Amino acid sequence: MSELAATPLLEVDRLSVHFPQHGGGWFRRHRQVLRAVENVSLTVESGETVALVGESGSGKTTLGSVVAGLRTPTAGRLRFRGQPLEGARRGIQIVFQDPYSALDPRMPVSSLIAEPLLIQRVGTAAERRARTAALVEQVGLPADALNRYPHEFSGGQRQRIAIARALAPDPALIVADEPLSALDVSVQSQILNLLKSIQETRKLSYLFISHDLGVVNHLADRVAVLYLGRLAELAPAAELFARPSHPYTQALLTAIPRIGRRRTRGSRTLRSEMPSPLAPPPGCVFHPRCPKAQAICRTEPPALAPAPGRPRQLAACHFKD
Amino acid sequence: MSVAADAPVSVWRLRWRRLRRDRTAMASAAVLLLLVAFVLSAGPLAALLGIDPDATDLLSRYDPPTARHWLGTDDAGRDELLRLMYGGQTSLLVGLVATIVGGALGVLIGLIAGYFGGLADAALMRITDGFIALPLLPLLIVLAAVDLTKLGFSAEFAHSGAAGFWRVVVIISIVDWTGVARLVRAATLELRDRDFVLSARASGGSAAYVLARHILPNAATPIIIAGTLTVGRVILFESVLSFLGFGIVPPTPSWGNMLNNAQEMVTTAPALAIYPGLLIFITVIAVNFLGDGLRNAFDPRG
Amino acid sequence: MAGFILRRIVQTACVLLVMSFVIYGLIGLMPGDPLDAMLASVPNVTPDVIEHLKQIYGLDQPLLLRYWHWLLAALSGDLGYSRTHSQPVLVVLLPALLQSCKLMLASFCVSVVLSVTLGVLAARRPGGRLDAAISLFAFAGLSVPVFWLALVLILLFAVQLHWLPASGMSSLGGGGPGDQLRHLALPVATLALVTAGGFTRYVRAAMIETMRMDFIRTARAKGAGEARIVLRHALRNALIPVVTVMALSFGTLFSGALVTETMFAQYGMGKMIYDAILGNDYNLALAGLLFATLITLLSNLGADLAYARLDPRITLQ
Repeated sequence: MSELAATPLLEVDRLSVHFPQHGGGWFRRHRQVLRAVENVSLTVESGETVALVGESGSGKTTLGSVVAGLRTPTAGRLRFRGQPLEGARRGIQIVFQDPYSALDPRMPVSSLIAEPLLIQRVGTAAERRARTAALVEQVGLPADALNRYPHEFSGGQRQRIAIARALAPDPALIVADEPLSALDVSVQSQILNLLKSIQETRKLSYLFISHDLGVVNHLADRVAVLYLGRLAELAPAAELFARPSHPYTQALLTAIPRIGRRRTRGSRTLRSEMPSPLAPPPGCVFHPRCPKAQAICRTEPPALAPAPGRPRQLAACHFKD
Repeated sequence: MSVAADAPVSVWRLRWRRLRRDRTAMASAAVLLLLVAFVLSAGPLAALLGIDPDATDLLSRYDPPTARHWLGTDDAGRDELLRLMYGGQTSLLVGLVATIVGGALGVLIGLIAGYFGGLADAALMRITDGFIALPLLPLLIVLAAVDLTKLGFSAEFAHSGAAGFWRVVVIISIVDWTGVARLVRAATLELRDRDFVLSARASGGSAAYVLARHILPNAATPIIIAGTLTVGRVILFESVLSFLGFGIVPPTPSWGNMLNNAQEMVTTAPALAIYPGLLIFITVIAVNFLGDGLRNAFDPRG
Repeated sequence: MAGFILRRIVQTACVLLVMSFVIYGLIGLMPGDPLDAMLASVPNVTPDVIEHLKQIYGLDQPLLLRYWHWLLAALSGDLGYSRTHSQPVLVVLLPALLQSCKLMLASFCVSVVLSVTLGVLAARRPGGRLDAAISLFAFAGLSVPVFWLALVLILLFAVQLHWLPASGMSSLGGGGPGDQLRHLALPVATLALVTAGGFTRYVRAAMIETMRMDFIRTARAKGAGEARIVLRHALRNALIPVVTVMALSFGTLFSGALVTETMFAQYGMGKMIYDAILGNDYNLALAGLLFATLITLLSNLGADLAYARLDPRITLQ
């Protein structure tokens, strides 16, 4: 990722997604608003992998679905190659977590992979068939897979089908929403390697959504840590894993079990549950669980700013390391 | 009701295998095929016996069975057997067509309500709640009594036989689409947030594309089962409407309007009061058994 | 709870209002108009006179306005005059309502007793012979045309066996309560048999499901007798959803009553509506249909409230 690149591939600019909460009876007036994503800005460069990390409920999947064109943001802007982006299109595709639900059980593999091309009316039927056959080979499936149905495949193979499908319209960016977490551990590394090799040959970018920091460390160039829909930290992977700046990132990293290291207890692990995104705490949203919280944290929301001496590592904390 | 989660080929074969083991369902299917054969042989039989099924003969009302009139004659001296066959054609056709028309309406509305939610959905749920609660027969009768000329149709059309047929089809469809709509709505709600639907949308698939290509095929199971059971209900509706004089209008026979004179028949020719109703009964019970068998074969948990 | 009841009542009133408009509109689409009937006996009317009469009766006004006037009158208790009976609508309607209620309540009770008994018996050994026989009975009830069942019963019990009268509400010259009961027997039997079909299937399904639950096994483990388990533990729980379904089927019951009353020449709501539509008696048909809707809506409301009371797990918002 060159610092000089004029326009990033994808630019997320002060994006917010709010869900008004329906419910209650006819007579209930007041409505709550769930702030799933709040004022998030980040970029994805060409050929880069940016990981979105956070607990469930942090808004990472919502952000991913906005980028994939499945949801309209409440506020903020998306730019793709410098152009404003509306709805879904060929340049960005998505791979989902659950390969069992991601493939229509009533379609043969050939139709599943060719579907994005068919919808976009790309090429002739013969060209689509040729492209589909090539893709099946590229993701490491047997050629006779084309005429079979999803239920005849294992979870890992289905995920390969889903990846082939996402690659069909030759996108520049793939949103991968926890693509490994539904798979067996033995299969995870195969798919991870497939994603890496595809990136190398096609110069693809990934927006990689995950809660597995081990996988993120292996794949990501930069990492964005989300907490309650807000960016807590945004930094190159190497720097973030070496010296996490935000107390939340520090806690997340401590929570990874590592061989040869005792699990530390005490101030660095997270206290209590994540608060409801319906009623986020005032000030810094992380303060109720933060070991470093001071008076200012309860009133002043911190801005995203470089960590001391590390201009490329941004953290939203009054007391960042 | 579950939405099938497996591929067509094997699933349908599996279901067929299960259905074939259900003796009641298979017997019902056989009975229905026989009934269809029975009503379709009306034309050939009339030609064979040289009888005009519509020719009235007031000198031979309520004749007992003879070599020429196998089941005797009715209150206007017409051949009872041929009337039963032609009447069956009408009743079965109304059953099928009204189910298809009402089913299509229900599927369309269910898909829209389930997929888009919001106001359309709220309106649908209120309307179906209303329809489920209301006494349908009086409503059907009022609808049947509507004067088509007041709706802008020509008097000529309003009194034609075709209008009689389509009127019955339309009013039953208007009243009966709600069950299918609810089912399809439920299935659509279950399917619309599945990843394969999202992924088609992410590729730029329009709502119409997603509904037709992904949601409808995956909701086929409940639609087929509900549709089968609807046929039985529709045949009952038609028969009672025609019986009360608001459905298929003579001289076109239907199993329902053949009993118009039932009170008179009870004393003069009881057998005539039995035949049409018995055929309706057999048809509907066979349809219901078949529908039940389909449900069991399609949904092993049930 | 109070909020829930209030909301349901408002909802019911709204549905009734909408339905009254729909029915009002539909009745207006029936052949002819009130003037035709009125003028049928008066020859030589000039078009001027007809126009004038239309103005007097407000027939030249738009539908919505006519509906509004009708609604105001109806709310003040004036449902108009029945043309065919030459009496105020309410005078015709109330006795018919009473008759229908007798028929429906009696049929409802008979079919509940019948279906609970059969459903419980069938659920004792699902798939067994008794279950198959009861299932056949239930399907027959669901599949039989009501008017034909009535015919068959008349043929059998009135024409062949002479046990019961075939039609009417009482013998000529009146007759005591016993006589009225004899006249009610066949209609009630018809309606009850038809209704019991669906009910039996519900009871059976609910019983089978309940008998699989853990608390039944607990009761067995405690050594409770089979009869006690079925009647005290299972039936009580199984009946909760069944009661709702039964009350919700009031609309179907009414449709059945319409046919039954016609077949047995009993002047109830069904027969009254049927005759009113045949005779272009607009006011009577309108009022009859509205009362039918009202009764059904009230029974649904009752079912909801009963459900809330019977099932302590339901919390109402």
